Amino acid sequence: MFNRSYVWSYHLMLLPGIIFLILFSIIPMFGILIAFQDYQPTLGLFHSDWVGLENFSYMFSLPDSKLILVNTLVIAIMKIIAGLIVPFLFALLLHEVVSVKFKRTIQTIVYLPHFMSWVILSGVMINILSLDGIINHIIQLFGFEPIMFLQSNHWFRPIVVASDVWKEFGFSTVIYIAALASVNANLYEAAAIDGANRFGRLLYVTIPSLLPTVILLATLSLGNVLNAGFEQILNLYNPIVYQTGDIIDTYVYRAGLLETQYGLATAVGLLKSVVSFLLITLSYTLASRFANYRIF
Amino acid sequence: MMIRGNNRIVDAVIYCMLAVVAFFSMAPILNTLAISFSGKVAAMSGQVYFWPVDLNVSAYKQVLGDRDFFRSFGVSVERVLLGGAINFIITVLMAYPLAKSAKLFPGRNIYMWFIVFCMLFSGGLIPWYMTIHSLGLLDKIWALVLPTAVPVFNVILLMNFFKGIPKELEEAANMDGAGPWKTLFMVFVPVSLPALAAVTLFSIVGHWNAFFDGMILMQHKENWPLQTYIQQLIVNLSSIMNTTDPEEVKRLSNISSQLLNAAKVMVSMVPIMLIYPFLQKYFVSGIVLGAVKE
Repeated sequence: MFNRSYVWSYHLMLLPGIIFLILFSIIPMFGILIAFQDYQPTLGLFHSDWVGLENFSYMFSLPDSKLILVNTLVIAIMKIIAGLIVPFLFALLLHEVVSVKFKRTIQTIVYLPHFMSWVILSGVMINILSLDGIINHIIQLFGFEPIMFLQSNHWFRPIVVASDVWKEFGFSTVIYIAALASVNANLYEAAAIDGANRFGRLLYVTIPSLLPTVILLATLSLGNVLNAGFEQILNLYNPIVYQTGDIIDTYVYRAGLLETQYGLATAVGLLKSVVSFLLITLSYTLASRFANYRIF
Repeated sequence: MMIRGNNRIVDAVIYCMLAVVAFFSMAPILNTLAISFSGKVAAMSGQVYFWPVDLNVSAYKQVLGDRDFFRSFGVSVERVLLGGAINFIITVLMAYPLAKSAKLFPGRNIYMWFIVFCMLFSGGLIPWYMTIHSLGLLDKIWALVLPTAVPVFNVILLMNFFKGIPKELEEAANMDGAGPWKTLFMVFVPVSLPALAAVTLFSIVGHWNAFFDGMILMQHKENWPLQTYIQQLIVNLSSIMNTTDPEEVKRLSNISSQLLNAAKVMVSMVPIMLIYPFLQKYFVSGIVLGAVKE
């Protein structure tokens, strides 16, 4: 039943959150005007010179722009693909395990990196990949030369993708396991009666019942093709590997906050925000139309 | 019999594969742990695998005596308590009215679109930094907790949970004269404890793990949270190593002291390890809660 005094309470309850959103989400959106200015902190937003699209044309004239875009796309897409396949395969393996205790133990172990920060995990990565680290020690045991992994343009992208898989694959299986738990047990019985062996049941029951989830996750990941993983790369990269590892977000951070090219950095960031927004909207629209997926 | 034997082999192979994967996902951390308990010479010559060589706790003694480390640890604890409390209050207060239908709460959908828009679109890093700068929050603990005061994902998650609570419960409370505030705190909150545990843990882990805001918003190092401190200490040093001369790299990594860093990484893992049993339990239910309820 509708009650007017209740409605006032509802507005009041939302007020603090809305104020914070206005302060820290909406007001910064007006700051994107910096992208069209030759912004000088001493002059501020209101007195800096307007330069139209100059920052954007400068951005496209930079030789690094193409490199950074390619790095971002390559790393993000490799991560999306690996992030879909590895948890899928792992969930299939885990699904075959009968012993609850064994299953729990494995899950407890593989979920752990998900809860650690990239600072900690990068600290661990730097430790094992360093010249005196365990991996180079093993390589030398086999008689090969040690490799400076994190200073190598050949190795940097594979390391970024692999360490991202390491952090997230275990936890990503949660969604698949939840999907598998809701598979009707009758399907397995029916398949067994029809003479399907273990492999047949995997092929004709388990995998088909996971496919909708895979397709949904793939669709939703569309919004991530410009997110190559800022926190991770910031902690793992160095100037030697800018060529293969510098991404849009790290570039914006360096250009804007370290080199104080505010106009340029804001323009790059704005372009990324707009494209990402369109992609996420598209992916949610697709997901809600074809998979009936809604977050709210 | 043949099939059963076959099955057993398949089972054995699957169990082995899972065990190997689990081992490799723990191996990097185990190696770091073993190094942190090893002697200096052994740690630096790469002889340590998964068991300490020349066992000693000198690195930990040094960490426990490091005032910078503990000051940053304190900043992190403060941030988690303050930020977690703010997140909790905001989440509960926003989830309840948003769980109402637009019929009972005209304007509900406008708020919803506003919030989702704020979640999906951002002005980017530079304007965000400028805003916080001009609000005068730099170098204050508030810079770490106010910009993240509204955890939109948590709000949506709890809202979906509230939607699943039987309408009769609320109607009965209203009959007894309880208004929205009383209903929220006396009825909804007590029946939503698992969901509240999930969202609270989400925000605690988020606050504990955040380093970037501390890095750009805190200019004085006595205000750094722990993750920022570790970041500046270990990770940043590797980026100074833009020399390709192996000897130079070795010299620099000796200064950073692999052993000491391993111990610091381990100590900063401890809080997460302590709440890990709860994390595992409620995160999984949280993910399931987040699923569609229409």
